[in-house]
Amino acid sequence: MKSIADINAIREKMQKVLGTRDAQDDADTRIVIGMATCGIAAGARPVFTAFLEEAAKRNLGNVKVTQSGCLGMCKFEPMAQVYIPGKEVVTYVKLDAEAAKRIVSEHIVNGNVVAEYTLDIE
Amino acid sequence: MRELSLHILDIVQNSIKAEADLIIIDIEADFTADRLSVTVTDDGMGMSKELLEKVTDPFTTTRKTRNVGMGLPLFKMAAEASGGEFDISSKEGMGTVVKASFGISSIDRVPLGELEETMGILLMGSPDRDFIMNYQIRTQSGLKEFNFDTREIKEELDDIPIDEYEIISSIKTYIKENIKETNGGLVL
Repeated sequence: MKSIADINAIREKMQKVLGTRDAQDDADTRIVIGMATCGIAAGARPVFTAFLEEAAKRNLGNVKVTQSGCLGMCKFEPMAQVYIPGKEVVTYVKLDAEAAKRIVSEHIVNGNVVAEYTLDIE
Repeated sequence: MRELSLHILDIVQNSIKAEADLIIIDIEADFTADRLSVTVTDDGMGMSKELLEKVTDPFTTTRKTRNVGMGLPLFKMAAEASGGEFDISSKEGMGTVVKASFGISSIDRVPLGELEETMGILLMGSPDRDFIMNYQIRTQSGLKEFNFDTREIKEELDDIPIDEYEIISSIKTYIKENIKETNGGLVL
């Protein structure tokens, strides 16, 4: 896309996609990434982008990637929490883009929590 | 922070918390004066004189959960480390203006970084707010600029939400390509 006028083509394509998606939407899975000063400084931006791109690549229309403020444990940033309906919340810590991709494929798609990035408080 | 665009993301989060409807990001690089300035202007709730006076103190925050706030102090530090300046002004009920300038050629200036990624995340997080980014490059041969305004994009989009993945990713490409063209080979 080089100019704003190009958005017309994308809009037309999107109208078709959105029409079909509404019907198949079921309960939402949410991935929430901490995006306060601590998160941003530790590398939350590429983590957010990786979650978003991986979910889009796998056509996970029911997965919402969103942001939150500081989760109160800055030294564990970048952090993310995964909310799957009917399951316990999983908090992931010290993430990078590769970890985010793994969480989408192993946890969100296949249901296996990626234990090496979960929060383990002693 | 490793990039100025990460500071921008962080500072704009303050505007969002202050319930701004319109957030204007001005980025002006003047190579003839070796000065890069970044200004974030919002129409949010603003601050009292008392809060404004101590807002660049790291032990000041509006949060109730803990009592440190690093965003503005870090931005100020990044500006001053590169031989630049930092200024913040605010009026309750009117909004806030945060301005930082940087020495372009200073070894201690962090790179501008990926502005399109910052804008993408801001649009995802706040699709109902509006953002303007004015990007200017001044050199011996004149002024070049790129202006981005979500209000224009939303008008074109009609009823499609701006925070749809395909839209965000097109917008990111749009910003990236236009900045590259405006830069004309210069590195910031």
